[in-house]
Amino acid sequence: MAGAAKLHVLAVDDSHVDRKVIERLLKISSCKVTVVESGSSALQYLGLDGDESSIGLDSVKVNLIMTDYSMPGMTGYELLKKIKESSVFREVPVVVMSSENILTRIDSCLEEGAEEFLLKPVKLSDVKRVTDFIMRGEGKKGIKRSHKRSRSDDSTPSLSTALSSVSHPCDLPSPCVSQKKSRLSI
Amino acid sequence: MDKNQSRRQVASMKQSLFDQGLLDEQFIQLEGLQDDANPNFVEEIVTLHYRDSSRLISSIEQALKERNPMDFNKLDTLMHQFKGSSSSIGAKKVKAECNLFREYCRAGNAEGCVRSFQQLKKEYVALRKKLEAYFQLARQVGPQETACRSK
Repeated sequence: MAGAAKLHVLAVDDSHVDRKVIERLLKISSCKVTVVESGSSALQYLGLDGDESSIGLDSVKVNLIMTDYSMPGMTGYELLKKIKESSVFREVPVVVMSSENILTRIDSCLEEGAEEFLLKPVKLSDVKRVTDFIMRGEGKKGIKRSHKRSRSDDSTPSLSTALSSVSHPCDLPSPCVSQKKSRLSI
Repeated sequence: MDKNQSRRQVASMKQSLFDQGLLDEQFIQLEGLQDDANPNFVEEIVTLHYRDSSRLISSIEQALKERNPMDFNKLDTLMHQFKGSSSSIGAKKVKAECNLFREYCRAGNAEGCVRSFQQLKKEYVALRKKLEAYFQLARQVGPQETACRSK
């Protein structure tokens, strides 16, 4: 992919294992990756931590932020809110990741402006789909949408959890059972 | 042991881990991330997991000693982290034990927590041993057995 611009992704997760995995997933998806371990580190990296010395400096350029939901200190939801409050970064798509399939959690993240909500463990296909989407420039449209989640599919979470508990290594997960909740129809 | 024999043994060890319900699809997902430049990615992740999770195990053990009252919130938080890490390497049975433990936490059942944690530790140690043996043999056989990415 010589000459093609790479997406710069900021990944936030307090788990060392998950940081290593997401970094690998993103690198395979041809992204430049910066990984931090907390919401406050993320804000610091973006220059949003209120530190006087970062005012006036050129903002770091980030095309996508992927954050874990459950983190000590600042949750992924709180980080999402701070990013969406920022005039510099509110247009940057934010994807929230969580091991817990809680509808109210998913809803509040999407309503706060998250591009997508991914269930952990995150797969390469999830990351590729998200990065392809951003590369096509469609991620930038996110903030201009006024409607909420386009799919209200309450049966999907229980289906995907049921499938995952009986999954066998030889079976591929059904393509129509998605582990994402998204207000975008991709 | 000749190479072919070792390769068959690696494959059968792996299959057995799945057949026994110890590993799930996530392990296969991780294998799919290996390539010539990163031939030992799964082993690195698993090693990292055992390093981090051993600290969590100690913290949980400590917290379980606090009896009057037992801090179920703290235990649930610790177990959530432990479960996440286990899930990331595809540790299916350990993950199931984590869920059971969290149910006892949420029910405020101290004895249940203690008992299920004992069982969890057994599963955790058993899987670690099996994975150590698996990776040791896989390393001898060479990267072509586990790497499946072409680029």
